[in-house]
Amino acid sequence: MIVRALGLIAGAALVLLPLAGVPYTTTLLLPAFGYAVALLGLNLLFGSTGLLSFGHALFIALGGYTAAALTGRFGVRSLELVLLAAALVAALVAVPIGLLCVRYVKIYFGMLTLAFGMLFYSFLYKFYALTGGDEGMRVLRPMLLGRPLEHLDTVAYLTGPFYYYALGVLVVAALVMRRLVGSPFGLSLRSIRENAAKAESLGIGVRRCRLAAFVVAAVFGAIGGVLLVVPTGLADPLLAYWTHSGNLVFMLLLGGFDHFLGPVLGALVFILLQDSVMSLTSYWRFVFGAILAVIVIFFPRGLMGLLDARRAAAS
Amino acid sequence: MTALLEATDVRKSYGDTLALDGVSLRVDAGEFVSIIGPNGAGKTTLVNVLTGLTPPSSGRVRFKGTDVAGVGPARLARLGMARSFQLVTIFPALSVADTLAVAALSRLRRSTRPFAALSRDADVRAAVDEVAALFGLHDKLERAACTLPQGDKKLLDVASAFALRPDVILMDEPTSGVSTADKTTIMQTLVHAAQRMGVRAIVQVEHDMDIVFGYSDRIVALHQGRVLADATPDAIRADADVVRAVLGIATTQGRTQPGRA
Repeated sequence: MIVRALGLIAGAALVLLPLAGVPYTTTLLLPAFGYAVALLGLNLLFGSTGLLSFGHALFIALGGYTAAALTGRFGVRSLELVLLAAALVAALVAVPIGLLCVRYVKIYFGMLTLAFGMLFYSFLYKFYALTGGDEGMRVLRPMLLGRPLEHLDTVAYLTGPFYYYALGVLVVAALVMRRLVGSPFGLSLRSIRENAAKAESLGIGVRRCRLAAFVVAAVFGAIGGVLLVVPTGLADPLLAYWTHSGNLVFMLLLGGFDHFLGPVLGALVFILLQDSVMSLTSYWRFVFGAILAVIVIFFPRGLMGLLDARRAAAS
Repeated sequence: MTALLEATDVRKSYGDTLALDGVSLRVDAGEFVSIIGPNGAGKTTLVNVLTGLTPPSSGRVRFKGTDVAGVGPARLARLGMARSFQLVTIFPALSVADTLAVAALSRLRRSTRPFAALSRDADVRAAVDEVAALFGLHDKLERAACTLPQGDKKLLDVASAFALRPDVILMDEPTSGVSTADKTTIMQTLVHAAQRMGVRAIVQVEHDMDIVFGYSDRIVALHQGRVLADATPDAIRADADVVRAVLGIATTQGRTQPGRA
């Protein structure tokens, strides 16, 4: 009950925020939407399947650079087409990488994904002619639902139409993911997480399911990546850097990986927390490290776990 | 007549150690076959080979006429062969209902449906209810598997294999870790469930000779990776070599006497 009420209040606040005349806070939340979409996918891999990727930023970068290439070089300005293309590119890249990675579990899976993430980072950094090197690639403002919206300045575009567009993508992504998690496929993934040998003995194709989860997570990552680079107008190699992947894991732990909406909460709190801590001290990474330690030791189920515990105590 | 399950001259070696040395075995429809032998005889290796978990070094394993050596447990399960493990093997955080649903979905070929609503699948619910009722787990459907008492965990492990509605089920010590008082109850439950679920043959590895002689149509005695005897319980009792090599050792390990069944 508490979780549902808080969810409704938070949802209403998110819908009404652009009308409150606080453009700074509104634009601040835009990356949270992108991260939330990516984390919904990452959590299918970790929370449901038990595979923790330390290289998921690869797919965020892939989405970002797909958006940059399409809008900047190929003149494709439709955001729907960009999102579709990013999803396809991510799936195509994820299949061969996933085929290699899902042969392993635990730390070996994590290290392999980290390696692929850093490989992609090096590619983006070194292949200057193709990727713009450390300068990255510009992302031009895309059309939303076929509307150019050129009469709007950047702030108006981002805090108005794009804000609601990104929120809409997040809602659709959350609905799709909820369906996936509650499906037979979702149960198969959870059975694999719990005991892969047992799942296999019951006829579950363990590697195929893990690969499918990896590809879905990649697609969500790329869609999140597109939403991340539109506000900044830039896709740069740091999107694929391992610290970015680390931030994703942080957000997941912060929100709670065993609750469906944990990743969304994690993304929102991370972005708001980062902004407030950075405004107070330049040692914000130190503060974040301490927070991560506290979460892992005292609240392993994250913020959603805390809310759930309160709900359990109340009932 | 084609055997339901047939192993021919199966060898399995791990480095210099020969775990199975030319084992041949045939299981026909309607049979309850027990595999016995002292520790290290190769019983679990044989089950692992028969269930596709371990590929044999040489030899052939045929299930319903198809060569299945090393095809992997997932495919074998889909072909109609299920197994339960020696140690209790469950999905700790999944509920009893979800555990049985995993098997039911697998049997119905629905395990990978990404957008179907599991909670509204009447076929799966019916299958879960049926198996849970057979194994006395119907009042624990929503409990997490890890919170069940040890006996119920064992039952859930076996029940999930039965939920596949397999043609053949291979059980590695189905009563291990269970109190002596519960063993007969579990075996009666298994046999009753097998009849109700249309299981055509049961193969078990078992140390408890009361169980072995009480339920088996045929007993296969393994010793040092070879088949020492393959005969009816009465013939096994009368076989001096088996009594000495297998049952004698079982007795010295603190198990029951061969003649007590």
